[in-house]
Amino acid sequence: MAVKKRAKDLNILEKLYIPEIVKGMTLTLKNMFRPRVTMEYPEQKFEPPASYRGRPVLVQEQDAGERCVACGLCSRVCPALAIEVQANETDREKERFPEKFEINMLRCIFCGFCEEVCPEEAIVMSKDYELVYTNREDAIYGKDKLLVPVEQLQDRIDYLRNFK
Amino acid sequence: MPKITIDGKDFEFKQGQTIIEAAKDAGIDIPHFCWHPKLSISGNCRVCLVEVEKMPKLVIACSTLAADGMVVNTQSEKTLDARHAVMEFILINHPLDCPICDEAGECKLQDYAFQHSVGESRFVEEKGHKDKRVELGPRIMFDGERCISCSRCIRFSDEIAKENQLTFIRRGDRVTITTFPGESFDNPYTLNTVDICPVGALTSKDFRFKSRVWDMSHTKSICVGCSRGCNIEIGVRNNEILRLVPRDNEEVNQSWMCDFGRLNTFKHVNSDTRIEGAYINKDGSVQKVSWEEASKEAYFRMKSFKNSELAFIASAKATLEDNYAFLQLAKSFGVQNISYINHINPNDRDEILIREDKTPNSLGVDLILGKSRSSIKEIVDGIKSKKIKGIFIIEDDLVSADESLKEAISKLDLLISTATNKSQTTENADIVFGASTYAEKNGTFVNFKGRVQRIRPAVATENMERSLDQMAMSRLDKFGTKFDRWAKGKKYDAKPSWQIISEISEYGNSKLKFNMAEEIFDEIANKVPEFKGLDYDVIGELGFQLEKLNEKSKATA
Repeated sequence: MAVKKRAKDLNILEKLYIPEIVKGMTLTLKNMFRPRVTMEYPEQKFEPPASYRGRPVLVQEQDAGERCVACGLCSRVCPALAIEVQANETDREKERFPEKFEINMLRCIFCGFCEEVCPEEAIVMSKDYELVYTNREDAIYGKDKLLVPVEQLQDRIDYLRNFK
Repeated sequence: MPKITIDGKDFEFKQGQTIIEAAKDAGIDIPHFCWHPKLSISGNCRVCLVEVEKMPKLVIACSTLAADGMVVNTQSEKTLDARHAVMEFILINHPLDCPICDEAGECKLQDYAFQHSVGESRFVEEKGHKDKRVELGPRIMFDGERCISCSRCIRFSDEIAKENQLTFIRRGDRVTITTFPGESFDNPYTLNTVDICPVGALTSKDFRFKSRVWDMSHTKSICVGCSRGCNIEIGVRNNEILRLVPRDNEEVNQSWMCDFGRLNTFKHVNSDTRIEGAYINKDGSVQKVSWEEASKEAYFRMKSFKNSELAFIASAKATLEDNYAFLQLAKSFGVQNISYINHINPNDRDEILIREDKTPNSLGVDLILGKSRSSIKEIVDGIKSKKIKGIFIIEDDLVSADESLKEAISKLDLLISTATNKSQTTENADIVFGASTYAEKNGTFVNFKGRVQRIRPAVATENMERSLDQMAMSRLDKFGTKFDRWAKGKKYDAKPSWQIISEISEYGNSKLKFNMAEEIFDEIANKVPEFKGLDYDVIGELGFQLEKLNEKSKATA
């Protein structure tokens, strides 16, 4: 019966041991002089690129109003049913506005469908990935937490216009 | 019968039908905006253009009479081209404000733009501007830009509501709809124009911006505003009724309902005046007690009276089932005085839908009580002369029988009431049970013509669960958990009157062993000759006409 050659069988150089140690040490030494990629979070923070999907936020226009017209499409498309919208009437030209806009961040799966479906470019995925809460109620974000000035979101809006 | 060929298939049709009607009967939908089966033909939207062989040009299906041997093509290249052109033309000045518009989701223009349009617009100029947010009437808002000038609302107010209140003014792309100078669009049927408006030009002030239509569940039910018993659908979101819309029933209300019924018959379901749980008035102070304690108290206090001292007052606002259970309880106490209160307003009626009898079920109570019914006047006199010392009343206000009873009811030895909302009766009652409203229970009503119609629960009470009680569920209802704010709608602690009555009877010898409304109806079908052979399935969605009563109503009409 012939002896079967196995993958783990060593050849003569490998059996000598020394060259393999040298190889390994070379790799280690090389990495010692490479730039570091580990960040010391939370002292140092990661700035994601524009394509990053952080928590969804509502765009706040410069004249303090929200862009959202409470059409309810984000709420409809949300596969996790995280969004609740209650519309009402305003005197502004766009006669509809969200009286209540709540995203349950425990339900949100950061899929970005709400952003994709929004006809007003009013809900976008931000770069915010820091979501901390200590109870269920705190995880429901209302308009106070969701509204973000448009200047802070320009990056994402430009990205959407170019690539969506 | 004459035959017509539509899209290569032969169908029979009735002489005098138009192409669109013949196609509708054959199950082929030809797109249409201005045509409505209940209104006259206007033929102005042109979206129903079809190709008919041997005709030189395309014809509109809504106004062309079908003829024997006619060959119609609704899908030919020529037809589709014309349809696309018409859609493009209508959409030229239509604002793209579906996100703001309340009609979105049930908008004909939106549907057709999706089904029958090329999806691109070549129109780059600025769209026409017209008046927005115009108050046409006390209940209607009009948005001129969205209007596609189909004239359905104008024809409705002329032909169905019989009040010429609306008209077109101006011409071409400036055309708009308005009331005559100094007039308001305020007939009793205005809100039907919101239903038939194919776009969001007319909206109901009451429902505007309340909810998206796809967020609501819809339950088939009956309006309780008068004895017509219009068939309705109840729109519910988060366990709260947001709107009522009429549902087609050729025998009762065609496609319409009155504004009063639409706006005022559901507000009491979710209101501050609802009675929750059971209360006992002990030595002048009202205390909330358990259902069992109140039932026990009710039974034994009624038992302490002679049967001639007691009177039972049924209700034309309650279902057949409630009244039947109530009659059985009265019999078990040997009570002879049993009647109900009529709510008739002879000044408030018309020849269209509105009836003078403001309760949904007075004919039903008549049938259930039959010969056991005594006159309400005798009972009222009995209360005043103190012959009657104890009253049990369901879902009605004693004072509405006779204003002068205000004083007398506070002096009664015993007043028991099941009630949905607070009233002068519940203020003075010794024992009060919170009753389910018509939107929270199963049951049947008999309208003034003798048509038995079903109501179904649309709103859940505390002891109900939407999924287990086979109630209509929206997507939000299906997936809501107790941690979602949007699933935490208020549930009232109330029970249907028949259930309260059954529980009271538990303490006596003749127990009413009813577990659900359907069981009571089956017993009614066995015991009351008028309802013989009926059950909930036979009644179905459109109701069942009681034959004998139909003849009677025809004879008196």
